[in-house]
Amino acid sequence: MDRVDGRLKVTGAAKYSAEYELPNMAYGVLVGSTITKGRIKSIDTKAAERAPGVIAVLHYQNAPKVPGYIQAAHPTEPKPVGQPHRVFYDDKVYFNDQPIAIVVADTLERARYAARLVKAQYEEDKHATDFLKHQSKAILPTHAQRNPKHYLNDYVKGKEDAYKGEPLKVEGEYVIPTEFHNPIELQAIVAHWEADNRLTVYDKTQAVIGTQNAFAKEWNIPVENVKVIATFVGGAFGNGLHTWPHETAAIIAAKKVNRPVKVMLTREQMFTMVGYRPFAWQKMGMSATKDGKITAITHEAIGQTSSYEEFTESVLQQTRMMYTSPNITTRYRILPLDVSTPIWMRGPGEATGAFALESAMDEMAYVLKMDPLEFRIKNHTDRDPERNLPWSTKFLTEAMQMGAEKIGWKNRKLEPGTLRNGEWLVGYGMGVGTFGSHRNRASARAVLRADGTVLIQSATTDIGPGTGTAMVQIAADAMGMDPSKITFELGSSLFPPAPSQGGSATVASVGSAVQAACNSLKKKLATMASGNAESSFKGAKYEDLAFKDGQVSLSSAPNTKLSFTDILKQQRLPELEATEESKPDNPERNKYSMYSFSVHFAEVQVHPLTGQVRVTKMVSCADAGKIVNKKTAGNQMIGGAVGGIGMALTEGAVIDDRFGRYVTKDFADYHVPVHADSPNIEVAFVDKPDFIGNPLGTKGIGEIATIGVAPAIANAIFNATGKRIRELPITPDKLI
Amino acid sequence: MNQFQYVRPTKNKAAIDTVAKEQTAMFIAGGTNLLDLMKRGIVVPEKLVDINKLPLRKIEKENGAVRIGALALNGEVAEDKLVMEKHPLLSQALNAGASAQLRNMATVGGNMLQRTRCPYFYDTALPCNKREPGTGCGALQGYNRMHAIFGHSDKCIAVHPSDMSVALVALDANVLVSGPKGDRKIPFSEFHRLPGDTPQIDTNLQKGELITAVEVPETAFTKNVNYLKIRDRASYAFALVSVAAALQIENNTIKDARLAMGGVAHKPWRLTDAEKALVGKPATEQTFRQAAEIAMRGAKAFEHNQYKLKLGPNTIVQALKNAAAAV
Ligand SMILES: Cc1cc2nc3c(=O)[nH]c(=O)nc-3n(C[C@H](O)[C@H](O)[C@H](O)COP(=O)(O)OP(=O)(O)OC[C@H]3O[C@@H](n4cnc5c(N)ncnc54)[C@H](O)[C@@H]3O)c2cc1C
Ligand code: SF4
Repeated sequence: MDRVDGRLKVTGAAKYSAEYELPNMAYGVLVGSTITKGRIKSIDTKAAERAPGVIAVLHYQNAPKVPGYIQAAHPTEPKPVGQPHRVFYDDKVYFNDQPIAIVVADTLERARYAARLVKAQYEEDKHATDFLKHQSKAILPTHAQRNPKHYLNDYVKGKEDAYKGEPLKVEGEYVIPTEFHNPIELQAIVAHWEADNRLTVYDKTQAVIGTQNAFAKEWNIPVENVKVIATFVGGAFGNGLHTWPHETAAIIAAKKVNRPVKVMLTREQMFTMVGYRPFAWQKMGMSATKDGKITAITHEAIGQTSSYEEFTESVLQQTRMMYTSPNITTRYRILPLDVSTPIWMRGPGEATGAFALESAMDEMAYVLKMDPLEFRIKNHTDRDPERNLPWSTKFLTEAMQMGAEKIGWKNRKLEPGTLRNGEWLVGYGMGVGTFGSHRNRASARAVLRADGTVLIQSATTDIGPGTGTAMVQIAADAMGMDPSKITFELGSSLFPPAPSQGGSATVASVGSAVQAACNSLKKKLATMASGNAESSFKGAKYEDLAFKDGQVSLSSAPNTKLSFTDILKQQRLPELEATEESKPDNPERNKYSMYSFSVHFAEVQVHPLTGQVRVTKMVSCADAGKIVNKKTAGNQMIGGAVGGIGMALTEGAVIDDRFGRYVTKDFADYHVPVHADSPNIEVAFVDKPDFIGNPLGTKGIGEIATIGVAPAIANAIFNATGKRIRELPITPDKLI
Repeated sequence: MNQFQYVRPTKNKAAIDTVAKEQTAMFIAGGTNLLDLMKRGIVVPEKLVDINKLPLRKIEKENGAVRIGALALNGEVAEDKLVMEKHPLLSQALNAGASAQLRNMATVGGNMLQRTRCPYFYDTALPCNKREPGTGCGALQGYNRMHAIFGHSDKCIAVHPSDMSVALVALDANVLVSGPKGDRKIPFSEFHRLPGDTPQIDTNLQKGELITAVEVPETAFTKNVNYLKIRDRASYAFALVSVAAALQIENNTIKDARLAMGGVAHKPWRLTDAEKALVGKPATEQTFRQAAEIAMRGAKAFEHNQYKLKLGPNTIVQALKNAAAAV
């Protein structure tokens, strides 16, 4: 099935947050600090205020107070340790380009011009932004300090750091620079106070309900007085998972000038005013027996966070469950720096961890002179060794075999640098990915209308994976109707609540709710049909009925049919509605460990003189449960693989530590991969359902699409050249 | 962006007079560089003189040269039959630049005059002698991975980012300009300048002078040529280093050679000594390696661009190999 919104998107008819035009709307442009740490001594706004079209210039001294700021903790979910940045709260500067003022004008151009005229004087403190320089100051996250059972605590199975005493071992340090989501759509909001205590926002977010709750608490108004609209989201990859200072700044401005205010970040501001994948240092140690059984793994990681908020992510989880090893040690730390707070980015934590783990697997296999595929299969876990539970489903070996076949793994040579295509060195590499198969509480409303169409609504979002399409398909299957008769609406807080789009859990969560709402609708139809004395369905039970082509029929007598619309007519109903909530309440869930799995294979060519790398072929295979829609699921895998190519070869932001300021903050300097960097990416799914997780049998795809790609490419580069690059991105200068 | 006036003359003279007389007036062609600079407050012209209506777009043969109008688009020059036939090196260099979308807006004149991509130059919160003389060079002790290894000064270590210009300097092109004092012809190698103590001045073009065309003399470098650009991604990225190589080979002996580099200096960097070292020698990797070593004499790198000392000569060797092998 094709994307339901494909035509809207390619024709420009899909409307994104920044495209909303409200009557009397004004435009806000943020002014960022030019120091990294310290205090604002004074702000000179005179020139800006005098500039044409300027309505107001707001900063901590004159901005309306945000009632939520005085609460002990900022209303962000999930609650971090510390305090998310409170825009215009006081004179403190915590990171470079922190928003210190907003200029509101009658046009965007005038606001942008005047914003340049705002000048601040600072009292500067010494800052710390260089991760590697300050690495020794890393700390155990407070959550773990407070709760010895917290998963972020150190983990020791068997003997601690047992690899150290072993004869056959590898040890290495890995660095991943700060990466930015950089979706094409810039972060944007239109904030509109419809009344003193009624707020509507057209906001780029992955969580309409989360955003609604956050702003209700922030402004101390009833939740139902906040309306959040995010009908289309032009990519997000995680940076819409919680609210950011520019959103509150727009709402503050709208309050002050008493007009709707639109704020759209610039590309440069996307590097400081929203989150990012944190800089991470990792160390791996691994040992194995001569015949390829892993005897010990130690995996340490330090991730960057801000000075005012503790961001943590699950970098090491996979190391505890991916491979059999009697001894496993993991240690996780965070390093607070004078930077803005990170946020989850596609494959959060796991993608970082997989780079180290899957590189070390390749290094170990090489020491053992063993095929890395064989080495992985040999150490495959048949149940979750950490939780000592069976997998709900795990078809990783099947995925590996599929992928190996498609990439031509048999052409791979054990010895690096031995395969050539003309001047170019050829190499093959693989990497495995995994991510928890999650499901959350979600609800949906289904309405059958007199014309025989069905409208479904849920307050989820679609940041690009094709949620709308998948939901239409799920509903069509559930209702026994043609998909063209079904419309799915999302991205509004007025719809039944759903969780944020994240953690690869939307199909499992919202899809289950859509299915439940459709089932509920069918039951209502069945009751009506069988309750009608004149009907040939009289007395029929729900189980005895079939729903197909918009009609109910008796399973025993398929020719006894009644169309949905006729049932409505008989009942003299204009429409029929059912709303259902669905949640992960299957008790079986506790008896299993639930994960999605992926494996990525890369063929690369490296030019020995110039260090150019070409990924010439990629194959990504996934065990992601039942596949609802092959096209959108395939798109997800391809997009994730391209993201992984960026992580491996091109992406990484650089701060000049002297100033604490990014020096690679546009698309000319921060390189997201382009078409020419992406080969034909072949995708294959095992496509076997996992009904423990949810009634649809799906598992998540979004994260595993990217997790494991970067090490697959790094490993292929090693296989081509014999050069082991442990610091991403692998640019030509590292290979000559 | 500041407020500005906008005019669109149809005669060269009107355009030249306006820019010559008005202190803050500037020409605008494709706008792909100038508008970015204006949005970031790096240049703040009070008047834009749009030159797109001037009759400067033709590509034609003239007196043993190909004359390319200053308003010819990068994309159309790259695909032009005459250019492809007579100067395939130029066509390759143009196609290695930017993206198809940009090449369809960018003009030949604008390309030569594009400003450096040094990140300190682009951020008004950071020091930069080129943008604001006297504030210091942010890159010198800072992040200088993309910066110069030749001809830099302690005031500025930026590189000129143009690909097209590397081919034009190799091909001995001339820049034709009209100014308030009349017309003149500037050899391409003298068009851009080194930073010295005045890095704010990129070229020897005078205020009010309008580039009308470049003239590329016909040569025998029509076959064994190669423009090789090494960059951080496969397309749409500026050069780490690039090499324009052109050879005339007879019986496997090099009769004549042209060699220039991009991404290494404040101007497209012609390598005449290395060219001389190639002439009369057999077209072998050994010859190319020797020439590359000569080419790198005097190079000095900084903290983050040490790799150019190796990538530079390697790329020269590879470009010469590609040129020699071209059919
Ligand atoms: C993202 C990005 C990537 C890029 N990548 C590359 C790359 O890889 N390689 C590369 O070579 N280039 C690259 N470019 C630069 C691009 O080639 C230049 O921006 C373009 O060539 C400028 O031409 P223009 O006509 O748009 O100039 P404009 O922006 O209109 O003008 C640039 C300057 O030239 C002056 N000017 C223009 N025409 C004349 C004239 N006839 N006489 C006198 N003065 C004149 C203007 O006053 C202005 O100062 C890239 C640009 C961008 C934005
Ligand atoms: S290298 Fe030149 S352009 Fe870059 S900061 Fe130094 S002076 Fe400015």
